[in-house]
Amino acid sequence: MDKRKIISAGLAILSIVLFIFIWYLCTDVLELVPARTLPSPEKVLDSFIKKFHDKNPDGGTLIEHTLASLQVALTGYLWAIIIGVPLGIFMAWNRNVDKFVRPLFDLLKPIPGVAWIPLMIVIFGIGIKSKAAVVFCSAVVPCILNSYTGIKQSKEVHMWVARTFGATRLQMLWTVAIPTALPHIMTGIRVALSSAWVAIVAAELLGSTKGLGFMIQQSRGIYRTDIIIVGMLAIGICGIILSIILSFIEHLVVKGRK
Amino acid sequence: MQMDSKGKLIPVIEGRKICKRFSSKRGEKTVLEDIDLSVSENEFVVLFGPGQCGKTTLMNILSGLDVPTSGTVYCDGEIVQRPAPERGVVFQAMALFPWLTVRGNVAYGLKARGVPRDEWMERSDYFIKLVGLEGFEDAYINRLSGGMKQRVGIARAYCNDPKVLFMDEPFSALDAQTRYMMQDEIARIWETEKKTVVFVTNNIEEAVFLADRIILLTNCPSHVKKEYRIDLPRPRDYTSRDFLLLRDEITKQMDSTL
Ligand SMILES: Nc1ncnc2c1ncn2[C@@H]1O[C@H](COP(=O)(O)OP(=O)(O)O)[C@@H](O)[C@H]1O
Ligand SMILES: [Mg+2]
Repeated sequence: MDKRKIISAGLAILSIVLFIFIWYLCTDVLELVPARTLPSPEKVLDSFIKKFHDKNPDGGTLIEHTLASLQVALTGYLWAIIIGVPLGIFMAWNRNVDKFVRPLFDLLKPIPGVAWIPLMIVIFGIGIKSKAAVVFCSAVVPCILNSYTGIKQSKEVHMWVARTFGATRLQMLWTVAIPTALPHIMTGIRVALSSAWVAIVAAELLGSTKGLGFMIQQSRGIYRTDIIIVGMLAIGICGIILSIILSFIEHLVVKGRK
Repeated sequence: MQMDSKGKLIPVIEGRKICKRFSSKRGEKTVLEDIDLSVSENEFVVLFGPGQCGKTTLMNILSGLDVPTSGTVYCDGEIVQRPAPERGVVFQAMALFPWLTVRGNVAYGLKARGVPRDEWMERSDYFIKLVGLEGFEDAYINRLSGGMKQRVGIARAYCNDPKVLFMDEPFSALDAQTRYMMQDEIARIWETEKKTVVFVTNNIEEAVFLADRIILLTNCPSHVKKEYRIDLPRPRDYTSRDFLLLRDEITKQMDSTL
């Protein structure tokens, strides 16, 4: 068990080291690609550190851009959870709510979040609102879907137990259906986080004045490949940190299952 | 104990001419046919019959989870139409809530009825101790063995202090050794906390070991074939002469119904 853990950690480190080494070989050592097209890992690391306080070439430090992206992404994301999770729960719990909401939901569900970008920019401009709205549209779908499936997993025999103890229908929702659904709800919230993060970067690439996507887009215009890669790294790192935080919350909330 | 206007004792549970038919695509199937039975206060009644004869169906009807096609069930003289806290059920499939701890499960019924915290803490403590799970109050269900789970199921039903307790083959999923142990346990618990119990089994030893009275059911469509009053002194001995004689006689009767 412990040995397997060490091996898998070793492999993970090896894969990253190997990747960076090949990148280093192709750039600094063999010079297969021009430094302007693909800067070396060393150069990228250097730019990454500098970018923490350097506002060039896009008018903001890495921290400012990251915070800008996070702020908008989390706004849209939280609204998606606040609206999507209860909606999914009620659709699964009440047949009439389901019948009322479902046609509209089925129609909108297949539209990818990023397809909302042009419409939202036209309606809200290129400020926070339009991007938060795009994030919301992307993140709300997995929240609804997973909460819905989760509630539907409730076991009949658990409902019977609740009924033999005289539970009301509302109590059955709170004490049986929602606890049953909780792992699924958390899965939905996790999937929604990746959707939200994808959506915010896409929205910033297309129309924005701040944020990591904007930083990447600006750097592309002036051929600063190093900053493009810095931006991509920042996006990746933020994604990892957010999902670690979520796993932590999930661990606190979901108890007694496997 | 209640009496009617003529001073006759009212049984805790009484079934009169209970019939149950299920209709499906493949036609109708009569499972229960004219079942009459009554259970008096603090009596331990075992419903004994072959597999698939309708024991669970009868149990569900007596507890109010299912409705008979014709006939009536009375609990303390009142017609049973739906499940209620005064009729506790220990389910064949255990049906514990995995998202709750042992205490959460045991106290579920009291909490659902809004009993104050002090009281449900005290009662759940008492019954957790009674079934021998002291020290496991805060454990989640997935950490317990099969026998321990069934103890939780029993404590959960007892803790709510029902007038009558239905147990549907509670030990059928346990291995032989654990099963013997649980039979001892249930006999001990029943001696400590007197309660009206209706217990379903298809295991003859279990029936003779536990019952004040055995109601022998026939194959489908099921009706009451014979009743046996078991007056053996408690605690009973599986190997005593009288025990074995009774066991053989009832087995013979049962074989003749197949
Ligand atoms: N909801 C149902 N619909 C149709 N048939 C059922 C239903 N519930 C039980 N039955 C049938 O009733 C018979 C008795 O089932 P059950 O009461 O579970 O038997 P037992 O508990 O004695 O093994 C079985 O043949 C089963 O197929
Ligand atoms: Mg059964």
